[in-house]
Amino acid sequence: MRQPDGSSALLTTKLAAMLAWARKNSLWPLPFGTACCAIEFMSTVSSHYDLARFGAEVVRFSPRQSDMMIVAGTITDKMAPVVKRIYDQMAEPKYVVSMGACACTGGFYRAYHVVQGVDEFIPVDVYVPGCPPTPEALMEGIFKLQELIQQGETQYDRLNA
Amino acid sequence: MTVSTLESSGNPLAKFLPDHEELSVITAADGFTEITTDRSRVIEVLRALRDRPELDCNLLLDVCGVDYPENEQRFEVVYHLTSLDKGHRVRVRVPVEEEDPRVPTAYGIWKAADWFEREAWDLMGIRFDGHPNLRRILTHEAFQGHALRKDYDPEKRWVLTEAETFVPDWVTESDDEDQFETQIINIGPSHPATHGTLRIVARLDGEVITKAECEIGYLHRCFEKMSETHSWSEVIPFTDRLNYCSSMINGVGYALGVEQMLGIEAPPRAQVVRVILSEFSRIMDHAVCLGATLVDIGALTNFWYFFQPREEIYTLLEACAGGRLTVSYARIGGLAHDVPADFEEQVRYLLGYIPKFIDDVDKLVTTNRIFRGRTEGVGALSAEEALAWGWTGPCLRACGVPYDLRRARPYLGYENYEFDIPVASTGDSYARYLVRMEEMRQSLRIIEQAIDNLPGGPVITDNHHAALPPKPKVYSEMESLIWHFKLIYEGIKVPAGSAYTATEGANGELGYYLISDGKGKPYRIKVRPPCFAIFQAYSHLLEGCLVPDAIAILSSLNIIAGELDR
Repeated sequence: MRQPDGSSALLTTKLAAMLAWARKNSLWPLPFGTACCAIEFMSTVSSHYDLARFGAEVVRFSPRQSDMMIVAGTITDKMAPVVKRIYDQMAEPKYVVSMGACACTGGFYRAYHVVQGVDEFIPVDVYVPGCPPTPEALMEGIFKLQELIQQGETQYDRLNA
Repeated sequence: MTVSTLESSGNPLAKFLPDHEELSVITAADGFTEITTDRSRVIEVLRALRDRPELDCNLLLDVCGVDYPENEQRFEVVYHLTSLDKGHRVRVRVPVEEEDPRVPTAYGIWKAADWFEREAWDLMGIRFDGHPNLRRILTHEAFQGHALRKDYDPEKRWVLTEAETFVPDWVTESDDEDQFETQIINIGPSHPATHGTLRIVARLDGEVITKAECEIGYLHRCFEKMSETHSWSEVIPFTDRLNYCSSMINGVGYALGVEQMLGIEAPPRAQVVRVILSEFSRIMDHAVCLGATLVDIGALTNFWYFFQPREEIYTLLEACAGGRLTVSYARIGGLAHDVPADFEEQVRYLLGYIPKFIDDVDKLVTTNRIFRGRTEGVGALSAEEALAWGWTGPCLRACGVPYDLRRARPYLGYENYEFDIPVASTGDSYARYLVRMEEMRQSLRIIEQAIDNLPGGPVITDNHHAALPPKPKVYSEMESLIWHFKLIYEGIKVPAGSAYTATEGANGELGYYLISDGKGKPYRIKVRPPCFAIFQAYSHLLEGCLVPDAIAILSSLNIIAGELDR
């Protein structure tokens, strides 16, 4: 590392910490947007809130190119096998943010066709409350995920420890 | 169940119906001509309604089932029709028995009946004889029972596995001998151009789509069943999540329906604020639709252009209601609370701010050769076909039919505003783009007139059968406390009866068919979602198109899954 006076210095770290630092600052989101929350997700990545400032702007609709699934919206029983399959197709390591009340718990749809929380079938790292959450809340959730990645405490880390 | 009537006979349309002496024809409280018939004569009656020039019901609005377990004939199929030229509206009720719940299909008369009948089969278990494709539409393949029947437990779920996912029959069969160029592709539900929740299975010959079938229901959140388990005012947050791009319009439409049944009216100030925020919502909805259309065909910049004014409108909605997207601001009898002190200032700021973005997109896109090449002549539908499919709203106006409920059946004082109804003639994706662009400008015109004449006074009715008394009074007066207690615990008591109310949503005619049994909860709410009727024509529009055309058509129809699947 070059110092301000021109001399060089060494910085010691662990490889895992280095990797985690790199990963947390280049999350590639896969928006699994189904409903109202997806509209707020669009606001989050648009010019006004600009998620790019935190390294997570490369929105990819292909699961094979992304590592952070944002489940934005109500998941129904009809959609559940699709979510599961998309999650399975994502490259590892992979993380899940559950955005909004419906994805977290089914929200106020306590009903015959609505999954009562996506953690019924995929592991979730961060739950963002709100109906829908504001873009600020979603960004806060992504910061929390970044902390978890740095500390090595994501669901992925736990399941593969 | 009793239906209140204004008059029991002397309906002006009755004499044009075949054998009308044997039919029950009345004028219902909501202004509909209500015909009750049995299933052996229903097709004859419906056909006369369409074909007799005096009746001329060219638009089938809705078909739904209602369940009355106590009645001798348990189910009832209800058709809602209207005549665009004559302006009258007709409801046809057909009671059917529980043991044999069958009705002949109306698909041969109006193609619009296609999906509405499938929905009635799926959720209510009524069979439509002769329907070409009567299978479940909203719930999934492993679902057992019919969810909107009164004896179905609202929380009873069925698990779907991947192996049971629907595949159309024609995928496996093939009359093409060499099969060299034929292949099947599956688009969605997780596909960027399907906006999350639609699925299209298409058979291609080279790059041309020869057959397609749509699958929906991936966002079926059971709105209608949920509304039966909540009180009338608790339904408002659910309505916000129908068309979540313009939630204010849904809430206002629902409140107007319940107000009609209660016989009350919102105060003038509330009505004008409703108009202003509904028109802003329309602008936002069109901005999302056009932004998404342009992204899907490769013009990303316009998406950013449209989302900037949206953020500014959100700021206004947040200041009024507290929520950005799902506002829950309308109340039965008015609004939740008054607008902020700087409301007028904020609205005037937006009126100056928004046109620039519309003009910017206009300059970039409207005469752009690539854009025109992708959309002109793509997905074109004639006016007759569009009416047969039950289209309303901007998509119908793009086909040249100047039908707008704000003009045809004014509500909220829309008759007092000057605005034009933009119409195009070609009915293709480009025409739909043009109509939406112009509608945004007309909405701004309406807002400008409304804000100039914003009256003072309260924003909610003082009829405490419907609206809570002000909080300070609840704390200081016994009577107000009692009203508050009764409304919170028992809910609004809507008199028994039924009414169909329609408002002009961002996508077309948004109707609510409300049925009350006089208790604190809705007995049945049927939503007539505009994009449900529009989307059923999609697979037919696709035949003969190229795959890239399919994307350009889909986004120009503006299918919002919350409203489509409810």
